[in-house]
Amino acid sequence: MTSMQKLYLLVPLAPLFGAAIAGLFCRVIPRWVAHSVTILGVAVALVASWVIFKDVQAGNTFNGALYTWATSGNLKMEIGFQIDKLTVMMMMVVTSVSLMVHVYTIGYMAEDPGYNRFFSYISLFTFSMLMLVMSNNFVQLFFGWEAVGLVSYLLIGFWFKRPTAVYANLKAFLVNRVGDFGFLLGIGLIAAYAGTLNYAEVFAKREELVAMTVAGTGWPLLTAACIGLFIGAMGKSAQVPLHVWLPDSMEGPTPISALIHAATMVTAGIFMVTRMSPLFELSETALSFVLVIGATTALFMGFLGIIQNDIKRVVAYSTLSQLGYMTVALGVSAYSAAVFHLMTHAFFKALLFLGAGSVIMGMHHDQDMRNMGGLWKYMPLTWITSLIGSLALIGVPFLSGFYSKDSIIEAVHFSNIPGAGYAYFCVVAGVFITAFYSFRMYFRVFHGPENFGKAHDDHHAHGDDHHGDDDDHHDEHHGLAPGQKPHESPWVVWLPLVLLAVPSMFIGYYTIQPMLFGDWFAGIVTVLPQHDVLAKAGEHFHSAAGMAMHGFTALPFWLALGGVVLAWVMYILVPSLPGRIAPLFAPITKVLENKYFFDRFNEIVFAGGARLLGRGLWAAGDRTIIDGVLVNGSASAVGAVARLARGIQTGYIYRYAFAMVIGVCLLLVWRLGFK
Amino acid sequence: MTDIPLLSLAIWLPIAGGLLVLASGDGRNTAFSKLIALVTALFGFLVTIPLYTGFDASSASMQFVELMPWVRDYNINYHLGVDGISMPFVILNSFITVLVVMAGWTVIEYKPSQYFAAFLIMSGLLNGIFSALDGILFYVFFEASLIPLYLVIGVWGGKNRVYAAFKFFLYTLLGSLLMLVALLYLFHKSGSFAILDWHREPLAMTAQSLIFWAFFASFAVKVPMWPVHTWLPDAHVEAPTGGSAVLAAIGLKLGAYGFLRFSLPIVPDAAQHFAPVVIGLSLIAVIYIGLVALAQTDMKKLVAYSSISHMGFVTLGFFIFNPLGIEGALVQMISHGFVSAAMFLCIGVLYDRMHTRNIADYGGVVNTMPKFAALFLLFAMANAGLPATSGFVGEFMVAMGAIQFNFWTGFAAATTLVLGAAYTLWMYKRVVFGDVANSHVAELDDINSREMLILGVLAVCTLAMGIWPQPVTEIMHATVNQLLDHVAAGKL
Repeated sequence: MTSMQKLYLLVPLAPLFGAAIAGLFCRVIPRWVAHSVTILGVAVALVASWVIFKDVQAGNTFNGALYTWATSGNLKMEIGFQIDKLTVMMMMVVTSVSLMVHVYTIGYMAEDPGYNRFFSYISLFTFSMLMLVMSNNFVQLFFGWEAVGLVSYLLIGFWFKRPTAVYANLKAFLVNRVGDFGFLLGIGLIAAYAGTLNYAEVFAKREELVAMTVAGTGWPLLTAACIGLFIGAMGKSAQVPLHVWLPDSMEGPTPISALIHAATMVTAGIFMVTRMSPLFELSETALSFVLVIGATTALFMGFLGIIQNDIKRVVAYSTLSQLGYMTVALGVSAYSAAVFHLMTHAFFKALLFLGAGSVIMGMHHDQDMRNMGGLWKYMPLTWITSLIGSLALIGVPFLSGFYSKDSIIEAVHFSNIPGAGYAYFCVVAGVFITAFYSFRMYFRVFHGPENFGKAHDDHHAHGDDHHGDDDDHHDEHHGLAPGQKPHESPWVVWLPLVLLAVPSMFIGYYTIQPMLFGDWFAGIVTVLPQHDVLAKAGEHFHSAAGMAMHGFTALPFWLALGGVVLAWVMYILVPSLPGRIAPLFAPITKVLENKYFFDRFNEIVFAGGARLLGRGLWAAGDRTIIDGVLVNGSASAVGAVARLARGIQTGYIYRYAFAMVIGVCLLLVWRLGFK
Repeated sequence: MTDIPLLSLAIWLPIAGGLLVLASGDGRNTAFSKLIALVTALFGFLVTIPLYTGFDASSASMQFVELMPWVRDYNINYHLGVDGISMPFVILNSFITVLVVMAGWTVIEYKPSQYFAAFLIMSGLLNGIFSALDGILFYVFFEASLIPLYLVIGVWGGKNRVYAAFKFFLYTLLGSLLMLVALLYLFHKSGSFAILDWHREPLAMTAQSLIFWAFFASFAVKVPMWPVHTWLPDAHVEAPTGGSAVLAAIGLKLGAYGFLRFSLPIVPDAAQHFAPVVIGLSLIAVIYIGLVALAQTDMKKLVAYSSISHMGFVTLGFFIFNPLGIEGALVQMISHGFVSAAMFLCIGVLYDRMHTRNIADYGGVVNTMPKFAALFLLFAMANAGLPATSGFVGEFMVAMGAIQFNFWTGFAAATTLVLGAAYTLWMYKRVVFGDVANSHVAELDDINSREMLILGVLAVCTLAMGIWPQPVTEIMHATVNQLLDHVAAGKL
């Protein structure tokens, strides 16, 4: 093993070590040990990732096995790493956001009795996510895929006393399992027809695979396999209709909303499809499917952000919508743009979530925006950084979100695969929606009248959670007492905000040229010439600054501005407006408040149906037919025959004689009847 | 190495120890008989370790063979040996025995020495089943092993133990009688009771079909396959914790092992011909039983149904006739040995404290038993087939094999990803998560060091096999490949 290879190994193992120490000894070690060891582990991973990043930039990539996990027949399943530019980019994003979140957690969880356990989980998550992105094969991909799901389950249910939290984590796990069902079938098809689970070996056979069909179904192999894989991505990256778990995942502590449910885990699906671009490219059907799902998520999940009053849920729906944008980019073969948006989004969305968490801390764990307002005065750092995050999110030129989102819109514009027209409409309309809900939140939290500290009965503070979410028992949400003022958070909380604000502003400007129009992803992302929308967009691209200048005159910018102005009018200029126009939109609001009825449908049809079916099969199948009729039935049949036999062998002569007489008579009748 | 009759030791050492424990009686000295039981179980486990370390993985033939005449007139021999299919189960069984003895250490107060003796004797007999190469010897062990378990359920069981014990006994006995007929026919045909001779014995299709169904009747009940599975939930619910653990970990493997040792090699053509039936029944087990498990309100019943569903994966893997399927199924059997034993031991931990198995009586156990909750979660996740646990390996391999065999078969099998997670984690949520549900839960003590040791050892096994299954799969390759070649060649 060379020293670089040892370094590869160090990246995931350092956080794992931290997780093991903090987790196994969580009841004996003091808090400072738990956070020090885990932060150290992630910091080591970050530094090592940086060294590897430089090494890869110098042209040294790696693809090899660590050990053989299992073999069977001709199939060899290995654990191994593929280190290339896509991997190192993901490693940098994961470790840097993770480090910020680790530091932030010191402040955010300071009063929580599960402090050590929390650090163990987030380090374990970091390990799992790193294994996922560093994998060179499908087994380890699935491994990491499910492991991040496990940690997500643990963290959503972190406050396990809350019924809503343990409902949400079970829901998240099961919905993800539905996605994994498709994912496993996709992997299985690849294993069955390619005979290998190693990425590079599968890609090498893609010309053969494209001609194959799935026996027994007649489907083109790659279409079936890619759609299967994408269904996995739909679960993990929360695409319609498997998105239902993500809003509920807000039950978890805010740091993990930032790390897992915004920046990294939910983007695993985007990463995976990008990694699989050599396969997806060969199936236009699969790409169209991806595109339509992504476009629907981008627009329709954005609508839901408009009516939320819980600050975290607004950001959650915004995440859903942004994941939709990334998926749209995948669908039009602009894989680099998807990953580029993944990266910028990781920074500004982590920033927005951590900012929301800081607000929640300042508000003493009240998450209801209606109780906020005017916080800019009390929490200046949170205010400025949240503003930067919001501006980046809505795509203000020069900020990172502008570059990535505009590139996606441009890419869709040039695409002509089926569904591109619909997708273009969705992503453009989505810009307006994004700006509106983002600044609705921003104005209500940081500006306008101060609504906190007013005497309110307990119900008011949580009244809003009735939007179809059965969670009105936020037992730890106290809110500010009358007369109490919000306060800025401690440095461990605001420092990560400031550090994340830097890439939220600048990273797009500096990386768009190499990532989208340069050769950063050459040899990793495969795009067929007829799908290469980024090349077409690149013809108009001259410099990052030029693109931003041009952005001021383009439609998306004016749409975003319109959204901001509308939010300003409705929540600052004429605050009575929303209440007055609400009746006009009542039917739409009802649909939105019920989140398009997905949850109710799933609860009744799938969850209820499965329980009903289970009970029915048990009662009718197992207990009535098998046990009742067959088993106990045959036992009683034996019993009945025995009783009959006992009745014959009574020992009484007259009974035997009587039987003989009858028998003789019957025999006579029978014989005579034949004659 | 080969001079020491390791297999005989693995069989007779626990039996002799068991008899000694029995003789030591339940008088003043239960501590002494417990000690003998533990020492015997430990030695019984130690003598099986050379079976792995001394095993030649490149050979498909029987190893550690012992051959002695038993009944010369009928050519019946005391003939033992193991290959890559049976060897892991001898070790697994001896290993589980140690844990079961430890699990019953302080819990069993009624006739403890007889309890431990029953388990030790059963352990020896089960090892006999996995290593017998003579049809009659196999049959004797196969039937004899019923008796200790029957007694364990009938004497140390719950309220309905008599019904459950009889149901268990009659169900399995009925199946075995048909197997005996098949064994006698094979002897009549070949003039030998050697199982390996029967593998080579040419048989016409009609004879093969009849023999196939005779074996099927016996093994399907043991596995158990749908629809002859209803004895298992009853047996589990009534059995004491140790009984459930051995039944699930080893008892259920006997039927599956029978398919590999008898059905597939002796009647390969019939096995292929009737494979669709077996596959269909297996998939019903996976889906139907998965749904039924969802409806259970008794923890033990739920895990019992989950076992049936997991065993559906095993029979599915056998009858799709590819290496992934068979090796995956074998891995699943071993993993299920760890995981189901652990699940039953976990339920036992709760039952010992609360004396109820009703899910509704629990809630918020994590508040009072955090260490237990962590271990229980690991096993629940393994039961749901989470990667990095042993539960994933077998399911993944069989699913891969099933998709290779036929897409729709794989599709139906993969539903276990959702169903398995649903019933396991829903139970876990209701039992462990939430606020403390009642005053009984509030008074629970976390696991003691003995329980920690038992569950900890199983946790290590579960994780180790999930992270690196290669040491287990590689010993199977030669045997499985030979078996598949043999089945493919057929006898017609």
